[in-house]
Amino acid sequence: MALLQIAEPGQSEAPHQHKLAIGIDLGTTNSLVAAVRSGSADVLADQHGHRSVPSVVAYVSDVKTVVGLDAHTSDVDSKSVVRSAKRLMGKGANDLEGSWLADHYDFDVSSGPLPAFVTQAGNKTAIDVSAAILSTLKATAEQTLGGDLMGAVVTVPAYFDDAQRQATKDAATLAGLNVLRLINEPTAAAVAYGLDNEEEGIVAIYDLGGGTFDVSLLKMQRGIFEVLATAGDTSLGGDDIDNALVGWLMQQAGVDKLISEQARSDAKRYARLLKESLSDHDSVDVEFSVDGSPTFVGQISLDVYHAIITPLVARTLKPCRRVLRDADVDIDDVRAVVMVGGSTRIPLVREKVSEFFKMPVLTSINPDEVVAVGAAIQADMLAGNKTDNDLLLLDVTPLSLGLEIMGGMVEKVIPRNTTIPITRGQEFTTYKDGQSAMSLHVLQGERELVDDCRSLARFELKGFPAKVAGSARIQVLFQVDADGLLTVSALEKQSGVVASVDVRPSYGLNDGEIEHMLREAMDNAGDDMQRRLLQEQKVEASRVIEAINSALNADGSVHLSTDEYSSIQVLIEQLEAANQDDDRDIIKQAVANLERGSSEFVERRMNATVKRMMQGQGIDDIDKASLSRKEQTAD
Amino acid sequence: MQIDLTSDFFELFGVENTFTLDQELLVSRFNELQKHLHPDKFASRPDSERRWSMQAASFVNQGYQTLRADLQRASYLLQLNGIDIDDETDTRMDPMFLMEQMELRESLELAEQSQDPLATLAGTRKQIKGLVSEQAEAFAEAAKSADWEQARVTTRQWQFLDKLLREIKELEERLDV
Repeated sequence: MALLQIAEPGQSEAPHQHKLAIGIDLGTTNSLVAAVRSGSADVLADQHGHRSVPSVVAYVSDVKTVVGLDAHTSDVDSKSVVRSAKRLMGKGANDLEGSWLADHYDFDVSSGPLPAFVTQAGNKTAIDVSAAILSTLKATAEQTLGGDLMGAVVTVPAYFDDAQRQATKDAATLAGLNVLRLINEPTAAAVAYGLDNEEEGIVAIYDLGGGTFDVSLLKMQRGIFEVLATAGDTSLGGDDIDNALVGWLMQQAGVDKLISEQARSDAKRYARLLKESLSDHDSVDVEFSVDGSPTFVGQISLDVYHAIITPLVARTLKPCRRVLRDADVDIDDVRAVVMVGGSTRIPLVREKVSEFFKMPVLTSINPDEVVAVGAAIQADMLAGNKTDNDLLLLDVTPLSLGLEIMGGMVEKVIPRNTTIPITRGQEFTTYKDGQSAMSLHVLQGERELVDDCRSLARFELKGFPAKVAGSARIQVLFQVDADGLLTVSALEKQSGVVASVDVRPSYGLNDGEIEHMLREAMDNAGDDMQRRLLQEQKVEASRVIEAINSALNADGSVHLSTDEYSSIQVLIEQLEAANQDDDRDIIKQAVANLERGSSEFVERRMNATVKRMMQGQGIDDIDKASLSRKEQTAD
Repeated sequence: MQIDLTSDFFELFGVENTFTLDQELLVSRFNELQKHLHPDKFASRPDSERRWSMQAASFVNQGYQTLRADLQRASYLLQLNGIDIDDETDTRMDPMFLMEQMELRESLELAEQSQDPLATLAGTRKQIKGLVSEQAEAFAEAAKSADWEQARVTTRQWQFLDKLLREIKELEERLDV
């Protein structure tokens, strides 16, 4: 019984009701939303029947933003039509250097750490652009599913760093989505593929999208998908193939530079057409024109095309070798290679990957939709809907996390490919006599030097007693949650001085900024939005009351003194009263009070349940003597 | 919030407190625990339960990573027996062993300049992995007879070999262009 109690957290809740949850693939070039309906997961089409939305946003004016297909045709200055914003998620002004985005768009880098696209409707960061796309997908889902969403799973490239993940989560929050989880794109694909095929063994997911590349090795066992290693390149994808083709076209035409923005975007569109044709033909006629006048008429053969893109394809094989090394897996032990992402339609990509893994690659699944479908399956489970797939995903952190130490070096605290969630501590000490503060610099990356790694945050631990060098004991704790997001805290052990930081300041928004932007959005959206938020808060309150009540009924008297029991009951009554009225802030506060007031109880009963679980597991193997000893000490 | 599960990873997974534990059992116990504790199972639960689950799942992951890898498991056993293997003031090493280390290190440097560095490195790795197996056996033997001083000496040497293996991996990465 104890086992069941913790295995089915939703079980004791109100009568079974399917909660609406969606999976979103927020891509560099296209974005999709999917959901589980009547037991099966599928992509949701918008009102025009389109199953994907181009990740393009036209900022026409203060009151008019156009997302998707129509953004291309909007009557607006081409610099206000933002595409590929995903490439700038979690990036700073210095990351613009050398990026083709810097040639296409004007940026404002003066108003904060985030570079902003300068558009007709003002400055827009990559987070704003992503939030606009997510809002559109959310609206599609609400129309199709006909109800309020409980939450969403949003996918990110597995090789995204902490800042890029945080930026994605911020964008979803801004779009009014409750983020149930960020999951990695190849892992989402593995879920959709694995459940369909009941695959067992080690599987490689090769995911080459519009702007990012990931490769993950997973061990699939019944019900458990464990990521063994992941690697990739967050700025390598179909975009780069298009750009390489544009380069070739310009060379043929004898053009050094495409001056007008129109010429640049026309050339890119033409390159995309050529690329698609070359997937089915051995040679394609080319008629390339700049600003209306034809400047190159000829042909492109498959051989020439391959010569152009081979270096890009070769770049994807290095991460493939690395995941095998990191997971200590031999190529012969890989059971299947699944191709994901639109760019895996290119025959040369399939050929090279197949050659590398020494087996035919699997291309039977829709490479554009599988990530969204996997995210929807996971969202359905996270929402607490009872599913047949008792599935567990164990993912890893893609990049090593560490701290700056003397000499500009990085000391790794959590190595890459560590299963998350994880908490790791490391002890540091002072290097000067009388030192009473320590500056901590958190970094992500594989290199030894600070300058070669990504700086995530800096913070200070201040006010511990000054001592001789080397005698203070600073415990630094790194905690990576199931979304792959890092929190760092530091404690001087003898004095108990504490400092902690959510790692987001360098290239993200802080909580205050998000709250401010949300409020602004709400003020603009008017009463509808207010009512919706109030409704969501009320549902949340009922959920918490239900959960705590059922726990109290189950074993409240076992874990609580009479006083403790009744003080929790008082908090429940207060929340029930607050929930009768329509003040969102008061309900929110009452929920927080109840959560805080019952946390000790939650902790006690869950610890007790786990202890019982551990014993239950041991019956077969642990000898009777040690078992009876445990029984005496339990509870 | 504190996780009060157990102070001992062996007990956490219900596996025998030895170096030569049943790996398959460890894996299945780990899977079973995570199926119940992982934050994904608490995504629609109140905050307090979600926080608890995050810490519990982190603890289980930490325990699994410690017991699954041979060297980590050895160090952990030493720690349970009151020996801190990472104590940097303890620098005593067998001179013979150090000589051998220097030779291995030299062969790493030579590998980089050899005709087929990756193949040479693969050879060196195989050699070191052989030495690691010997250390693992020696550790199992020492632990069995509760000779923790011998177990400590073995683990120290094993750490040197492990570091070499990591360096080979880094070198391979650097050579992979």
